[in-house]
Amino acid sequence: MKKWQRSDLRLLIISGLAVLLFVLAILGEWLAPYDPLEVNYALSLKPPDNTHWFGTDKLGRDILSRVLCGAKTSFSLTLMMLAVIVVVGLVIGLVCGYVKGWTDHIIMRIADILLAFPDTIFAIAVAGILGAGVFHTVFALALVWWTKYARLTRSLVIDLSKKDYICAARLAGAGHIKILFVYILPEILPKILVNAALDTGSMMLSLAGLSFLGLASQPPSPEWGYMLYESKQFMQTAPWMMFYPGCVLLMTVMIFNLLGDCLRDKLDPKSE
Amino acid sequence: MMRQFIIKRLVSLLLVLLGVTFLTFLVTDLAPSDGAEMYYLSRGITPSEAALEEKREEMGLNQPVIVRYFDWLKNALHGDLGMSFHDGEPVMRQLTRKLPNTLKLAFGSLALVIVISLPLGVLSALYHHRWPDYLIRFLTFGGISMPNFWLGLLLTYVFAVKLGWLNVISDNSFKGMILPMMTLVIPLASAYIRQIRTAVLEEMHQSYVIGARARGMNDKEILLEYILPHCIAPIITLLGMSIGHLLGGTAIVETIFSYQGIGSMVVDAIRVRDYPVIQGYVIWMAVIYVLVNLLADIFCYWQNPRTRRGVKQ
Repeated sequence: MKKWQRSDLRLLIISGLAVLLFVLAILGEWLAPYDPLEVNYALSLKPPDNTHWFGTDKLGRDILSRVLCGAKTSFSLTLMMLAVIVVVGLVIGLVCGYVKGWTDHIIMRIADILLAFPDTIFAIAVAGILGAGVFHTVFALALVWWTKYARLTRSLVIDLSKKDYICAARLAGAGHIKILFVYILPEILPKILVNAALDTGSMMLSLAGLSFLGLASQPPSPEWGYMLYESKQFMQTAPWMMFYPGCVLLMTVMIFNLLGDCLRDKLDPKSE
Repeated sequence: MMRQFIIKRLVSLLLVLLGVTFLTFLVTDLAPSDGAEMYYLSRGITPSEAALEEKREEMGLNQPVIVRYFDWLKNALHGDLGMSFHDGEPVMRQLTRKLPNTLKLAFGSLALVIVISLPLGVLSALYHHRWPDYLIRFLTFGGISMPNFWLGLLLTYVFAVKLGWLNVISDNSFKGMILPMMTLVIPLASAYIRQIRTAVLEEMHQSYVIGARARGMNDKEILLEYILPHCIAPIITLLGMSIGHLLGGTAIVETIFSYQGIGSMVVDAIRVRDYPVIQGYVIWMAVIYVLVNLLADIFCYWQNPRTRRGVKQ
């Protein structure tokens, strides 16, 4: 009994931190002490002090404000991508697992091809060919990652379809739509969501990585990966430019990774 | 049995290669600007519509994508990956010049990852829920959450800027490769240590371990003779898959350290939309990745006595 209480507390604290991050990301624009886009050459490359806690960049923009506003970009992009991947993967997986036959065969072979290839490289190539841009990058990463969820959903659906209660539902005259959405979907959704939670951190990292290569977000809008890219050339004169955005990114990814671990332990205690 | 297995794997690998190259081709077709336009733009010329049309005809861009794909494939099989739009150098030559550097970096890092993570992963499992385990898990958790590009910047800052031990820009010397390798190794080794720990822990709870202990074997014998051999197959499979991660990571790491490999080459090519170079990069990466995985599969197949002797599982 005691062990459960401890893990509950852990989950509570970590989800609290995650919620706090979301609130910060949403309120970032109001909380930011300065306009993140305001250029002021008089303040160029100022080290952190009382007025600019995180210092300023080459154009004299306040780094704290940029980090706060960048949170919104990173979060909304990651969530958008997660939503696209989960929904697409879920729908395709449901169809494949339920319909089976040729549809399933063809789609799964395509998934095999995509899975058999390094995702970063494919994303770099796709984003590179389509040209730099936030939506191209999201598209490129989604193109690779839907496969994971499609396969997971498919295997869960196939397992479930053999269960007696699905058979009983069918005998009782339930239609395909009803079986899929009323009997199967609620069963598999928690597993899919735990996986999504576990992947959030690495998705955020991939997005930031592509952004660091100059493939995702475009200046001047603040984004953590791109801020780090900009900071590279000022490493010797203004190390604070790379320090703060990186720290925030690391902490955010840590919190999401911890949250994923906690949720998995909670909903699927066998795996630890 | 073994030969059949290899042939079967080779066929499926061929399909993967065809699929991946075709997909990149398809995406190139979707791109907002085409080869003819990039050809002129990279030379600083703004082309007229007529000149563009002529160039498209010359480059065969007016043909349907499937025809162009097979043309490209035919040439690629003859070792001709086309010319770079940007500087007119054959893509193949550019790739073969830079590929060894990337391979050195990737496989060197992989070796280091194994050397570091195997003992630490086993140690962590042996000291399950005691302080070495907690320490290793804490550190590796930091490692997997670390953005590798930020790690690269931090390492450069500490070792090159502050301490002055190493150079900011890396060359192919041993000293120049330390920082890029550390940047690649730390996150990957962290992920690996955790996987090995889980694999070893899982084996430790198997009934054959209890049986061996009941027969009076000591823990060291059990570990070396039973547990580790059982863990090898999943570890090798993981290694094969992480090559993809590693090769993808080289793009970022090479860019940070201005290392002359094909990773930084492709990032530069992306900036100027040099499609032949990007395609050449994709096909080479696919070939390497697929070959390494084939080797991993063959090893696992051979290592497992049941499949080796042709016993149906």
